[in-house]
Amino acid sequence: MEHSLKIKIKNLVFYYGNFKALHDISLDIYTNQVTAFIGPSGCGKSTLLRCLNRMNDLIPISRVEGRILLDNKNINDPNVDVVTLRRNVGMVFQKPNPFPKSIFENVAYGLRVNGIKDKAYIANQVEKSLIQAAIWDEVKDRINDSALGLSGGQQQRLCIARALAIEPEVVLMDEPASALDPIATQKIEELIHQLKKSYTIIIVTHNMQQAARVSDITAFFYLGKLIEKDDTETLFTKPKLQQTEDYITGRFG
Amino acid sequence: MNKSSSLLRCRKLIQVAVFGLFRLSAAINGIALLVVVYFLVARGWRAINWTFLTQPPKEAMTEGGILPCIVGTFCLSLGAILVALPIGVASAIYLNEYARPGRLLRAIRIGINNLAGVPSVVFGLFGLAFFVVWLKMGVSVLAGSLTLGVLTLPVIIGSSEEALRSVPDTYREASLGLGATKWQTIYRVVLPAALPGILTGAILGISRAAGETAPIMFTAAVFYTPSLPTSVFDEIMALPYHIYVLATAGTEIEATRHLQYGTALVLIVLVFGLNLIAIIYRARLQRRM
Repeated sequence: MEHSLKIKIKNLVFYYGNFKALHDISLDIYTNQVTAFIGPSGCGKSTLLRCLNRMNDLIPISRVEGRILLDNKNINDPNVDVVTLRRNVGMVFQKPNPFPKSIFENVAYGLRVNGIKDKAYIANQVEKSLIQAAIWDEVKDRINDSALGLSGGQQQRLCIARALAIEPEVVLMDEPASALDPIATQKIEELIHQLKKSYTIIIVTHNMQQAARVSDITAFFYLGKLIEKDDTETLFTKPKLQQTEDYITGRFG
Repeated sequence: MNKSSSLLRCRKLIQVAVFGLFRLSAAINGIALLVVVYFLVARGWRAINWTFLTQPPKEAMTEGGILPCIVGTFCLSLGAILVALPIGVASAIYLNEYARPGRLLRAIRIGINNLAGVPSVVFGLFGLAFFVVWLKMGVSVLAGSLTLGVLTLPVIIGSSEEALRSVPDTYREASLGLGATKWQTIYRVVLPAALPGILTGAILGISRAAGETAPIMFTAAVFYTPSLPTSVFDEIMALPYHIYVLATAGTEIEATRHLQYGTALVLIVLVFGLNLIAIIYRARLQRRM
């Protein structure tokens, strides 16, 4: 499969107030691949992920320098509409966060806020997304029940379905399985394998085995710096730097 | 060994004493309410009958009923909530969702807190000067509703802000992450989640508005009018003011004691009724989530 360049991060620097959370990050992300960000807590991997759909805009004291090019267009450009950006770069959060609405309405939400009113299309898209997120069989008989009645693992797959319903190009996943049990985690990982056929996926994870299992490319971060980035297999078997080796073998972090 | 067991007994004793104190505090609250209701019922129930509820007062208010007062208080409460709820909720949304922390926000908050502490008679004088005289509304349902609305605002803003604050940020992030605008996020996710809490504020607000006397005596209520209001510019009678009039300025204060208690009983039942509607509605909302 040919993998074209999707996102180009160039000399990205990020500040929370006076604290420099990301130092001069440059990184390429390719279509239909899973890119994993790994590193110890506080290394900036989640911050970087949240730069990609400008979720950090919500933090008043934050500041970005450098460029992030999505399909060759700088997403921090003043004339880029952040709402359109987030529509194209979907996000799944660390803790499952379904709305206190029905299962159907959760998945339909993204379509509705983007102005789609065609009921047949919405119903079709909801079903398709729930099938894609491998949860359709479990919820098809109670699609109008509250989403809050689902188990944690089901809620997270629902959140993935919700993100997929508006057909984004990129899906950002911020430790999507960290709040789930091993069986639910396995389901999410299988799902990621399926999804990369249609989407570009970036996943932040604490779990190195998970990065090794699901990703094609892995980037290792430490103290706000990108230390090493390589094919996942190479990075985990023949890391170039001692620091990377120490982390993946569990000597620190 | 012995020492530690006696220490344990001592700790348990303290626990029992402290819990007893808490229970007592809770009980005093309940008893206070019961005593109030008991007195009103015991002294007022004789006054309650069909005529009392459906007729205007007669014979210099020593006979007849209190229908104009019931209708008046109902209109004033409804008017106050119609004024205060939209403005209060909108203010709370601005303060909690849009305003950036800073000096301006702090100043607005101090203003709201001080508004909550202003004595109600001052609101009455403000309403008289501003709505009745300056805006030429006259003594009317409109002027009274606006005055009561202003009085209720801090309560509504406070509880609405509390309700909005308790909506988890993960909802906001999820919505924004799906390409919703900030307003769509507030309207479709945050407000529905906060609505039960906002309604609690509305309940408190309407209860306070219905029972207030001072703010309406210069702005809406009159000593006596047999007719029911036909427009918002009509003056009206109201339950709390009627009680005040009967108890202090009537021609037969002693002879109308049962009417005074009866009127108070009707006021309390009306407030409870309004609360009950809001509570049922809130419970239904919470079940839907």
